[in-house]
Amino acid sequence: MSGQTHRLASGGEIDRARPLGFSFDGRAYQGYAGDTLASALIANGVRLVGRSFKYHRPRGIYSIGPEEPNALVRLRQGGRAEPNTRATVAELYDGLAAESQHRWPSLGLDIGWVNDLLGPFIPSGFYYKTFMGPGRGAWMVYEKYIRKAAGLGTAAREPDPDRYEKRALWCDVLVVGGGPAGIAAALATAETGARVVLADERASFGGALRRERMTIGGLAGRDWAGNSIDALAARGNVTLLPRTTVFGYYDGNGLGAVERVQDHVPTPGEYLPRQRLWNIRARRVVLATGAIEQPLVFAGNDKPGVMLASAARGYVNQYAARPGTRAVIATGNDDAYRTAIDLALAGVEVVAVVDHRPAADGALPRAARARGIDVVTGHAVVGTIGMMDVAAVEIARIDPQGALADGAARQLACDLVCASGGWQPAVHLHSHTGAKPVFDDTINAFVPGPSRQAELSVGAARGAFALADCLADGLRAGAEAAKATGHGSGAVPPTPACEDGGVQAPARALWPVPRPPGVRGKAFVDIQDDVTDKDVALAHREGYVSVEHLKRYTTLGMGTDQGKISNLAGHAIMAGLRGQSMQQVGTTTFRPPYTPVAFAAFAGRELGRHYQPIRRTPTHAWHEANGATFIEAGLWVRPQVYMRGGEQMGDAIAREVRAVRGNLGICDVSTLGKIDVQGPDAAKFLDRVYCNTFSTLPAGRARYGLMLREDGIVMDDGTTSRLSEHRFFMTTTTANAGKVMTHLEYYLSVVWPELKVQVASVTEQWAGIAVAGPKSRELLQRAMTGVDLSNEALPFMGVRDGLLAGIPARVFRISFSGELAYEVNVPSDFGVAAWEALMAAGNPLDAVPYGLEAMGVMRIEKGHVVGSELDGRTTPGDLNMDRLVSKKKDFIGRQLMGRPGLVDPKRKRLVGLVPVDGRTRIRAGAQIVADPRAPAPVEMLGHVTSACPSASLNHPIALALVSGGLERKGQTLHAAFPLRNESVAVKVVDPVFVDPEGKRLHG
Amino acid sequence: MTRYSAFSLLRQTLRGHRGWDRAWRDPEPKRHYDVIIIGGGGHGLASAYYLAKLHGVRNVAVVEKGYLGSGNTGRNTTIVRSNYLIEPNAHFYEHSLKLWEGLSEDLNYNVMFSQRGVLNLAHSDGQMDAAARRGNAMRLNGIDAELLDREQVRVMVPHLDFSEHARFPIFGGLYQPRGGTARHDAVAWGFARGASALGVDIIQNCEVKGIKRQGNRVLGVETSRGFIGAGKIGMAVAGNSSHVAAMAGLKLPIESHVLQAFVTEGLKPWIDTVVTYGVGHFYISQSDKGGLVLGGDIDGYNSYAQKGNLALIEHCMAAGMQILPSLSRTRILRHWGGVMDMSMDGSPIIAKTPIDNFYINGGWCYGGFKATPGSGWVFAHTIAHDKPHPINAEFTLERFAEGRAIDEKGGGPTPNVH
Amino acid sequence: MLIRCPWCGERDHAEYFYGGDATVKRPAENAGVQAWNDYVYLRDNPKGPHRELWQHQAGCREWLVVTRDTLTHDILGVEPVKGAAR
Repeated sequence: MSGQTHRLASGGEIDRARPLGFSFDGRAYQGYAGDTLASALIANGVRLVGRSFKYHRPRGIYSIGPEEPNALVRLRQGGRAEPNTRATVAELYDGLAAESQHRWPSLGLDIGWVNDLLGPFIPSGFYYKTFMGPGRGAWMVYEKYIRKAAGLGTAAREPDPDRYEKRALWCDVLVVGGGPAGIAAALATAETGARVVLADERASFGGALRRERMTIGGLAGRDWAGNSIDALAARGNVTLLPRTTVFGYYDGNGLGAVERVQDHVPTPGEYLPRQRLWNIRARRVVLATGAIEQPLVFAGNDKPGVMLASAARGYVNQYAARPGTRAVIATGNDDAYRTAIDLALAGVEVVAVVDHRPAADGALPRAARARGIDVVTGHAVVGTIGMMDVAAVEIARIDPQGALADGAARQLACDLVCASGGWQPAVHLHSHTGAKPVFDDTINAFVPGPSRQAELSVGAARGAFALADCLADGLRAGAEAAKATGHGSGAVPPTPACEDGGVQAPARALWPVPRPPGVRGKAFVDIQDDVTDKDVALAHREGYVSVEHLKRYTTLGMGTDQGKISNLAGHAIMAGLRGQSMQQVGTTTFRPPYTPVAFAAFAGRELGRHYQPIRRTPTHAWHEANGATFIEAGLWVRPQVYMRGGEQMGDAIAREVRAVRGNLGICDVSTLGKIDVQGPDAAKFLDRVYCNTFSTLPAGRARYGLMLREDGIVMDDGTTSRLSEHRFFMTTTTANAGKVMTHLEYYLSVVWPELKVQVASVTEQWAGIAVAGPKSRELLQRAMTGVDLSNEALPFMGVRDGLLAGIPARVFRISFSGELAYEVNVPSDFGVAAWEALMAAGNPLDAVPYGLEAMGVMRIEKGHVVGSELDGRTTPGDLNMDRLVSKKKDFIGRQLMGRPGLVDPKRKRLVGLVPVDGRTRIRAGAQIVADPRAPAPVEMLGHVTSACPSASLNHPIALALVSGGLERKGQTLHAAFPLRNESVAVKVVDPVFVDPEGKRLHG
Repeated sequence: MTRYSAFSLLRQTLRGHRGWDRAWRDPEPKRHYDVIIIGGGGHGLASAYYLAKLHGVRNVAVVEKGYLGSGNTGRNTTIVRSNYLIEPNAHFYEHSLKLWEGLSEDLNYNVMFSQRGVLNLAHSDGQMDAAARRGNAMRLNGIDAELLDREQVRVMVPHLDFSEHARFPIFGGLYQPRGGTARHDAVAWGFARGASALGVDIIQNCEVKGIKRQGNRVLGVETSRGFIGAGKIGMAVAGNSSHVAAMAGLKLPIESHVLQAFVTEGLKPWIDTVVTYGVGHFYISQSDKGGLVLGGDIDGYNSYAQKGNLALIEHCMAAGMQILPSLSRTRILRHWGGVMDMSMDGSPIIAKTPIDNFYINGGWCYGGFKATPGSGWVFAHTIAHDKPHPINAEFTLERFAEGRAIDEKGGGPTPNVH
Repeated sequence: MLIRCPWCGERDHAEYFYGGDATVKRPAENAGVQAWNDYVYLRDNPKGPHRELWQHQAGCREWLVVTRDTLTHDILGVEPVKGAAR
């Protein structure tokens, strides 16, 4: 352990009584509670923390916030590994282990650095100009290496053991950002009784007040912040969300925020999520998001030891960590003089403030001079000396127009360069709403434009940087926002007295800093992605002059900070090259999230088995207890087959089929969609909804119905029964239950509101049990009372009510299997009781339960169509159901079903297929061709929709949609399955394989 | 035009890269062109390029309201594939894929077409049957396809969820080895550079405000830079097709919908193939820069806003974690929206219109990027010959009224289900 | 987006099912194939205010006519479909 050589003896917000051990690249260090990983590394004198994306240049900590381009590390291990974590926002915890990334073999000795020497050969976009040969596949070879060289950190491939959760939150006023302006806004709002939420990305509120030496009401800024937060926390109408980044501003004043609940500890505490997604709806939003300091673009502006001026003083003030021993301040504004003063107070030797303005006579420069700090105006830092680290800066004279006054450069020895290119308000959330930021020439940065939603930017976020302005802004916005939500009078509380160093003189932009001859080194515009001023010039030369092209061609602003500290400089340099104003050049679009957000935060608890609901039928428990295997169909879990000891699945399916065809089977059909249709116009309505007629259906009878879309294509089918004059019971396919319900509601509400009909989904209210096979009547007669089940009283397609083991039950004489069969519906809660009663009564008759597979075989044997035939492209004619379509009435789909494309004789129509050899399996998914040996492209005549081995016929059968349909009856075609190099000669037959006359149904 | 090569790069290096030309010229618009293409995205630029290159029509302008590629060309998830079931789609997208395979060489611009394969996962026997049906059709159409079982998928992408926790277990998948990804912007820039070198005028920041029509002919476009006359006009403005077609008096079978897309922070190689997943509607691949590029369903309401909402984002991320649980801590860096031309059958329109010399290319739904070269190729043919090529002969406007919808999903005339 | 259901109050759009353009009118039975084709397939698809149907599917299941700007997603008005001019 090398010791905290760069820790100040006193001051800061760290707790020296609570040392924390941590490691970086395997080396052990110590920091204190209150540190970030970055501040702890600085305190330990660690300078080299990362390598740049393209040139693998050595890099140090550059900032103090989420905009950090260099200090990206991999935190934690295994499924908890997090690449690309910014050390500047990672709170230190005991045992934290961080690794540098994107270097090999080590951070100190990184082979990739050779790219830096190759730099001249590989300017922006070089890859668009080469790697194109030899031969067409060349790129794939180069790309393999390029991909390995690219990327930043290494992501986990194991599941994450931590939990995430979501919450929704409603409030009158959301204040984003807990700096002086945000706290002031929250105070003013809370006062009125409005429900206010204050969110800040940091662990403690205060924002700049924690990093600056400022006073409010006679208190140190951080103490005022602490007191204010305590006061807010004591109120019932305030919700404080520390460690919470409001990352996106969506429609309807909806904002997304992510709270890092347990990222500051090694592993989340019991029952605590790692992170929490907040879905916030606010009537008014106050954006107090602050501003982001911008770099200066000069040669060698990226080396370890160069950092943002505000970051340097922030580390000293908040963390008592000294980022260097001899500092040069490079600036064109007054604000950076704070850094000179604060560093000097912390015992850092301040070599000079190099200010490219002709003069600096504001309060802060005067204060700096008063401390004996050398202020060199009319000069700029134009280069740095040093390979792995800064050893000195080169400075040169700048004339009042911003050009080089002469070519001469002189050196100043230093190990810390604090650069300030001014401040860019954080207009991100404002921009997410669709609002357009506008360029403000007085602060040389973009400020919020007219609001698009109920939001207002305050303080530094709108370019008002003085502390008094921030406080006044916040108080005013808070009071106004509260009033707009019906709270308070709008009276603005008085701004407390404050001191922030005095009025600042105008800043001056210098993009890029001019380069005297002889000064070497790349001048970076985007430090992470290694985009230089020359790259911007190249993009301009080649015509990529729009800021979007600049971004996309050079990758400017595409790194992890999304341009927070690179866009302004890049766009300004392009504006200069184009000879246009910043407003004309504009800026690229700010997109959410403000800072990157983990997948899991968005997903919350909807993971694994909880991704989507699992629907189980009312009798599920019985199936589970009685040996069923299950199959998932959409969200439903359905019994697949009930295998007996030692049985193969195929055999079990065949046994179940034979049991039904020869004797008796019982099946769970609860998943069918069920809709109760009631009202005096119910029959009229169903006549319009189905292509066949229901108004002629007598009460107590059921009918198969076919439903079309307006375009004449089949939408769904099912059996619908008339229970009484004005009441029908509709069934739909399992898959389309919800869709049909919406369809009916649409027509009733929107198209035919005059119809007196109500519909209600009752899918989950009824358990459905099919009883099928020659002995099905006998079984029901044993199990049911109060209903005459004789063929005369309950003929095929009849419906009656009765009691099943005392349970009220409705019995439909309908059949999917093609056998004498019934479907019994009982209220869901009685599902198991009814099922058990049927099984008990069925035992002496050798009844067997059968599953979805056997049902599927029997429906194919009967030529019944399901989803694979009703695929959204078939007409009634395609399914040989023309005869069903009424010619006497209008219905949905009638108007367009006769269009030429839908009556084309070449359309694919339903047929049956059997293998010519009587035994080879036909696979679903096979395509029907005339000649299996023809070279591609082959004309496809149709395709196999459903296939199975027929247990009743003892040979494979299939249903297919084939051009020309049954006109091909008797022809030999081929079911080609080139994916398996298979082809089966098949004969076209009638699609009803078993009992084509339907005699069994009527017995 | 300087030819791009390792050699020219080296030569320019010695000159400090000062000798590179503009990639495409920046001319003032002429008063009249033989053909005006409205829309400077990939499709419009490709159309102009092939008009000049293959049909000798060089007095062509591409007019673009913003910067080149500012619509869906620069907003998509860059997947290229031809794994289609239905006939005209299969042939069209395969033609396009073949063009992709030679595009960098043809344009002398590296569009980074990377044939890393496209894998569609299947989660039930029924979905395996559907995958087989599609794969068999592809093979019979001469397109590469492989049906993978669960173990073969596991070998290809081991970090997919093969555990018992998976809500939708992986049964297998359909794989197209020749599918992959490309660098979207480069496609626009490469076509622009190629077209410009052949004499095509590329005019950015030139918004079409009106289309001048006389009888059943169009005469030219009113733009933010004045009137420009034209012998023929082709529109390739997917996302805004209804808006532009309305200037010529046409109403289209199209709705505009927002589709969101996402990119994560840069990572070392994490996933090699393109993986898509029907149950949750999710697709993911990794860019050469290292970001995972992913997307899901459209938000589902008409929109021209190029931004979507949080509900869809949450849904999409959950869908991603359902198949790739280790995405958990990977962070979304940026998300955005593009405006899709959602047609009434999910397939594009590349055709003549009822107006004699006005042509439409639109209705791309999600599928426009992979179609770029093929779309330009057939659109150029259609404009040059005033009749479609056999490959796009069925992508007409009239097909809807004729009952000949090309409905890959079977969703029917409801744009937001395609 | 927040849609104010006249019966349930303001709710996120995720509770609603989108039903598309509310201005298309189902033609009369004898209107002819062209009118029917236009109804089924053609849409104005405006950039700007759009009258459209939403069903409060996770709430009262009523259908609403919502006027919404497709460029900005601003909700400009909500009416019950029954009685709304379409």
